[in-house]
This record gives sequence, structure tokens and C-alpha cells, in this order.
Amino acid sequence: MHFGKTIFAGLVGGVMAVASAASAQDTIKIGVSYPTPTHAWAAGMNWHAEQAEARLEALYPDIDLILINSPDPASQASALEDLVSIHAIDALVVLPFESEPLTDPVLNVKESGALITVVDRGLSQPGIEDIYVAGNNPELGRVSAQYMKTRLESGDNIVILRGIPTVIDNERFDGFMAEIEGTGINVLDHKHANWNRDDGFEVMQDFLSRFPDIDAVWAQDDDIAIGVVAALEQAGRTGDGMFVVGGAGMKETIRGIMDGNELVPVDVLYPPSMIATAMDVTVAAFKSNGPVAGRYILGATLITPENAEAFYFPDSPF
Amino acid sequence: MPDTAQTQPASNKPKIDLKMYGPAIALVLLCILGFSLNTAFLSEGNITNLLTRSAFIGIIAVGATFVITAGGIDLSVGSMAAAIAGVMIILMNSLIDVLGTGTLTVVIGAASAIMLGALAGLANGLLTTKGKIEAFIVTLGTMGIFRSLVTYFADGGTLSLSFEIRGTYRPVYYESILGVPIPVWVFIMVAISGWFLMNRTTFGRYCTAIGSNEHVAQYSAINVNKIKTWTYVIQGLCVALATVIYVPRLGSASSSTGVLWELEAIAAVIIGGTVLKGGYGRIGGTILGALILTTIGNILNFTDLVSNYLNGTMQGLIIITAVWLQRADWGSKSKT
Repeated sequence: MHFGKTIFAGLVGGVMAVASAASAQDTIKIGVSYPTPTHAWAAGMNWHAEQAEARLEALYPDIDLILINSPDPASQASALEDLVSIHAIDALVVLPFESEPLTDPVLNVKESGALITVVDRGLSQPGIEDIYVAGNNPELGRVSAQYMKTRLESGDNIVILRGIPTVIDNERFDGFMAEIEGTGINVLDHKHANWNRDDGFEVMQDFLSRFPDIDAVWAQDDDIAIGVVAALEQAGRTGDGMFVVGGAGMKETIRGIMDGNELVPVDVLYPPSMIATAMDVTVAAFKSNGPVAGRYILGATLITPENAEAFYFPDSPF
Repeated sequence: MPDTAQTQPASNKPKIDLKMYGPAIALVLLCILGFSLNTAFLSEGNITNLLTRSAFIGIIAVGATFVITAGGIDLSVGSMAAAIAGVMIILMNSLIDVLGTGTLTVVIGAASAIMLGALAGLANGLLTTKGKIEAFIVTLGTMGIFRSLVTYFADGGTLSLSFEIRGTYRPVYYESILGVPIPVWVFIMVAISGWFLMNRTTFGRYCTAIGSNEHVAQYSAINVNKIKTWTYVIQGLCVALATVIYVPRLGSASSSTGVLWELEAIAAVIIGGTVLKGGYGRIGGTILGALILTTIGNILNFTDLVSNYLNGTMQGLIIITAVWLQRADWGSKSKT
């Protein structure tokens, strides 16, 4: 285990000694820091963080979760300093804006003795975090390709709409291509649609003009998939078993799967609720009698009509 | 172009000729390139897609032509479109309970969008003229304000038009009249009105005069502040009109709606031959500029010859070449 053993052990020991008393001074303070939600996925994350805060604080009166969101990396670095100096946090759950500029600030929090949980985006220096919680991008690509294989035969044609050119996009794409290789399914072309509905619509329109025979679309993301579906409907090419696979777990998409939508029959999970998982695990570090430090890589579950209910949050903005 | 070989004083003429035909030549060359890559490029479906897609940037760019000709700049148009789209969606969703899902709800939604656009433009205009703040700063400020407003309205997520009303509104983007999609009709009408306003009215001449030299215009008894404010109102109206035909496409608005539209609109204006520092504006060129920008993106989707990562490079090169073709001093011997 790679965390500051002495400090952590001391902390846990101290907490355990007084846990039964649960007096006000002995509250366990956990800071939760993430980017200000400016897109739907992040808004969903914000919602799940607030839900987890209410749930955990109701469950454990001596746990105090402090949620702070920041509009840019510099403000997030300042927010981390405040969490240490003002709140004297015992643990930090952080979804870094960017890896590089936040590595040092997180390291400083760790030096104050706090337990560190990093979510989704890793830091640029290994070994700082005690707990790591993230989605699985290569797996998202692989699971999508596996589903394609169950529906398509050798000689069938697909097109791919990718996200914003980033490591995340490459991991998903490479995972998909590795799984689809050797199946005889033709990938006609792949273009970036930037995880955006408008770009999804336009890129798909052009694919439809360019390729007369497309059997399925991997849109990688639920927002892109919405644009793709609009383009398919406009061109009247929704028949013949055409289907679109997105990703993430947007509530409208999941609702559609529950209702038996044939055009978007499944979804692959990359959940914004991973922040809640991270908060649970961090609280467990103070409350559980089992060890919790380590890496938690969430599954890229295939969401089908059978299991969709479990991933449907109608009140979340995403 | 034939009579280019002249001495210094007459060298204005060929430049104007190139400005007149440069964008059209660039567009024709792009179309030939597209067709040679894939014959489906000139299919009816693709041409319709291209024109419809150009409508948003095209309509906004017509407004931007006035602002830029009069020596101003408006960076807020993309965010303004997103904010108007957001308010429009919220309004129509809440009107469903009162007015039902008929045409009236959509008409009220569209009318309020137009009003909001005019008001937003008026705010930009008054802050620039009465407030005496540089247009760049004013519209940079309102760009941030409008963008964060839509994020706030959407609670960070996406605002979606109710499915009940979508059926009523959807035809505005997807239906055609006489084989031409409605957005293209709107684009054509905006272009004709813009051309008339710029070339056949005193307002258009005042815009050019102010852009050439604001002080001289002032001394010539032109009400500079009023004319400049009006250019921003026209810009706001154009943005609102573009939004009215944008919303029925996907029925949603989020913080990623209209990102970078301001730069695309300005690029369309400049590619079309309008001078960025003001004093010379061409509506016809702006229309071609908007078509050129959309065509570049379309062609890049039609080929896998160029790495996806280099799309921005291709766009940049084509834009710079298009402007260079019409601006560069071709000298006396280059063409005869």
C-alpha cells in the first residue's frame, strides 16, 4: 500500500476511538472538489455528488462532506488550499480539471495528512492517491464492439463518430477496433464529432450522402447519438435493422432503452455517478472494518432493457 | 481582369474585380475538388444538406457584415444564439400547458426570440456607442454573460424541447417549399434584404462612411451612434432568426450550442471580401464565404485522405488561400 501509513493509521485510530461518542468536534471532514458543471455529463456528476452528500451525512452524523466546484484549474488549486487551511479536511475526493496543473496542489493536500481519492482523471505523478476511482474507456470501446458483433455479420458496414481528439477518445477507439478486428465487419470511416449533437448530426449527414449502405453506427457518446438519430430520420434510413450505439448513460437514452427503442437499443455505461462511488469508498475508509485503498475501475456495463432500470435517474440533469 | 497591366493609379480596379469574383472562384474550385473526391458530393441530398447547414452561419454573417462594415465587431453572436435558444425552449415548454401544442405556441416562441435578439443587439450597440466602450470588450463581456446564462438555465446540462411540441415545430427545419428547404428560403430572404439594405439605402452608405472614417462621417452630419447601434440590432435580429430555424433541428440547447459561431461568421464575412477594419462591405461575398466554410467541412467528411487531426489545418489553409487570392497585390505582369 502506497499511502502515508502512519498518518492514515493515526487518523483511523483516532476516529475509531471517538466514533461512538460522535461529539461535534470530532466530525470527519471530507472535501469534494470537481470542475464547475458546464456540460451535461458534469452536471450529472454534480447532481450525484449532492445526492451522495445528503445520503452519507444522514447515514453518519459525524461525517461532514464539503462540496466545492471550480471553473478552471487555477481556482481548483486555490479551492484545495482553502479546504486544507479553512476546513482542515481529513480526506479529499478530487476530480482534477487537468492532470498536470493539479498534481502539485493535490500533493500539498496529501502532505497535510489527508487521505486522497482521485476520480476519473489520473494525476501526472503516480503514487499520490490512496484511492483511485474511474470509468473504463478501453472497455467502453470493447463492450460496444462486442454488442456490434452480436448484431452484425461479416461483410456488414459500420461508421464511427468519435469524440474530441484526446487520450479518452483514443482509448475508446482503439478498444473498439481491437475487438472488431478479424470479424469481417467493415469500418467505412471514422470522423470526430466532438461529443456534440450538432457535429453528430452533420457528420452523420455526410456519411449518409457518402455511403449508400450502412448497417450500424458506433456514436461512442449519447449526445453524438442524438444527432446521428436526427440525421438518420431526416434521410429516412432508420429501417432495415439499422441501429446506433452511444455511450455514457444519459437519462433520455436509458428511458428509450426501457421503452424498447429499436434504433438505440442499448447503451454503454460511463457514469457521472462515479463521483458518488468515490465518496462512498472514501467514507468507507473511515467507517469500514475492511481495507479500501486501491484502484477501482468501474465496469463499462452494457445497458439493455433488462437492466436499464438500475441506471435510470429521472431527476438528474444527465 | 484582362486589363490589369496598368500603372499605380488604376491598380484599384483589378483588386475590386478579384474581390468580386475571388470568393465565387474559390467556391467553384472547392466544388470541383469535392466532386472529384466523390461524385456523391454533387448529389441532390448533399447539396441540400450543405445549403441548409450554411443557413445558420450565413444569416448571422449577413448581420456581421453590417457591424464590421461600420467599423465594429460582435463576438457575442454564438453565445447569444445559445441563450436565445435556451429561453425559447423554456418558454415554449411552459406555454404547452396554457396554449397547447399548436402553432400559436411556436409563433410566440419565435416572436420572443426575435425580441430577445433585438434587445441583446441593442444592449451591445448602446454599450458600444453611449457607453463608449470598445466593441471588442463589450461583446467579449456579453459573450461570457450569454454563455453562462444558458449554462445556468440548463443547470449545466441540456435544455430539451418537449416532444409534444416538436412535431409542430420540426417542419421549420426539415420541410421544403418548392423543393427548397425552409431554412434555405429564410437564408435567401435575409440575403436579399441585406443586399438591398447595404447597397440601395442611405443606411448602407452611412455604414460604409462610418467604417471608412468615423470622424468625417460625424462632421458630415451622420448620426454615427444611431447608425452603429442599429448595426448591432440588425446583428441581434439575424442571430434570433438563425436560432428560430436552429432549434427545430435537434430541439435542444446546451452550453455547447453555437460555440465558435462568432469566429465562423467573421471568417465568412472576411472571406467574402468585406474589410475587417470597416469601410467596405459585400453581402454577396458574405453569402459565398458562408458557403465556402460549410463546404470545407463537408469535403473533409467526404474523404479519408487527410488525417482527422489535420482538419483544422486544412480549414485554415483554405481560408487563408481564399483571402490571399483576392487581397494579394498581383503585380502588373502576373495576369494578362
